[in-house]
Amino acid sequence: MKKVELIMDSHSLDLALTRMAHQIVEHNNDLANMCIVGMQTRGVFLARRIAQKINQLENVCLDCGILDVTLYRDDYRNAFKQPKVKATDIPFDINKKDVILVDDVLFTGRSVRAALDALMDVGRPRTIQLAALIDRGHRELPIRADYAGKKITTLAKQEVALKVTEIDSEDSLWLMEVEEGD
Amino acid sequence: MKLQIQHLLGLEGVSREDINLILDTADNFYGVLQRDIKVVPTLRGKTIVNLFYENSTRTRISFELAEKRLSANPLNFAASTSSASKGETLRDTIQNIEAMKIDMVVVRHSSAGVPYFLTKCTDAVIVNAGDGLHEHPTQALLDMMTIRQKLGRLEGLKVAIIGDIFHSRVARSNAWGMKTMGMDVVLCGPPTLLPQHPESLGVPVTDNVDEALEGADVVMLLRIQLERQSSAVFPSIREYRDRYGVDLDRLSKLKKDVVIMHPGPVNRGVELASNVADSGNSVILDQVTNGVAVRMAVLYLLGGGE
Repeated sequence: MKKVELIMDSHSLDLALTRMAHQIVEHNNDLANMCIVGMQTRGVFLARRIAQKINQLENVCLDCGILDVTLYRDDYRNAFKQPKVKATDIPFDINKKDVILVDDVLFTGRSVRAALDALMDVGRPRTIQLAALIDRGHRELPIRADYAGKKITTLAKQEVALKVTEIDSEDSLWLMEVEEGD
Repeated sequence: MKLQIQHLLGLEGVSREDINLILDTADNFYGVLQRDIKVVPTLRGKTIVNLFYENSTRTRISFELAEKRLSANPLNFAASTSSASKGETLRDTIQNIEAMKIDMVVVRHSSAGVPYFLTKCTDAVIVNAGDGLHEHPTQALLDMMTIRQKLGRLEGLKVAIIGDIFHSRVARSNAWGMKTMGMDVVLCGPPTLLPQHPESLGVPVTDNVDEALEGADVVMLLRIQLERQSSAVFPSIREYRDRYGVDLDRLSKLKKDVVIMHPGPVNRGVELASNVADSGNSVILDQVTNGVAVRMAVLYLLGGGE
């Protein structure tokens, strides 16, 4: 893998999250009914940051959960590399709530499809709204982001790699390309 | 993240990485079992045959529940009501079942080595649910999961397994698995119920209970098969209870947070006093709950891929 282009550095990433937090507040009148769920792995940290921003902005205390969609994927049967099952931790009731689902990169839409099914097994939210830091196109399902940090044009064979300080020691978002012989 | 093993025939020779992956995955399935909707769609479309040539309640129900909670289609086969009672061979039975397009086989049989034999006559994934006096790997995995849940780790813990070691596939699977995980296992029982070649298990064996219990973090009692009393392996139930049973008096001499385990079914008042089985140290029912999670993990990890 080689780096092609820096899409976001730590500053622009923070600005994007701040804007998304504002948009979420703008579109939801009843913040008391809202909760945030981050998708494993890096969506979890983005969700926490967005929740923190909304909490400061509006002086609320949003519930923040973790969702792992591995068991709901549609490629289990032929996935060459089996993804590790990670924790799902939604320790609050999502029935009749407005759930903000946070993912890092929106691509084919298949993991969001899995996440919708997974959330429905946990409860029946009033609404589910999707917040994605990056929308890179190439959708294979009729799914779109309600809040997108940035839309970029990519080639299907490229990859978008997010790093977050919580686990990667820096905040950055790179467009990557598979090298010959990789 | 994939297992190195393709079938689960036993824990002998299974790597520490594989055991850790199964236990980590099981912890997350445990979370699924705490929810209102305890089913995930992961194994949708997979057919799993439960081939039980030996009686079983707990293990069969546990596997069937694990299969259903993964959305697989379980097919139950009990030898007593099948063509096996008309003299059909094991190979013919499995090949006939396979001809109906199945993906996995969970097998229990009174002969050691049957699961291995099945891998030679079918392409399906084989999971051993107990074979003769050989192994019962999912039981040992759920035991280790329970210990890790209660004490937070496995490495360095001392485990005493007490009872009919000779006839116990649970003891054998645990001895191999726990040794791989860096645990300190000692097997204990009356000399007549100890294996003749304990060195092959690679763990110490003793007939002295107090020595086995010394410093134990975990005490696992095994069921004494009452029907064996007639074969004169021990003089009487009462003598067995007095010498090898764990009662409140023995419990009081152990570590305060000692974990008391039993693979079930318990003979209350023989290997384990009733008030110890129901005490706060006992995790017998946690073992049963974890059994479903561990079996889901095993089926999930072995059933994926091409």
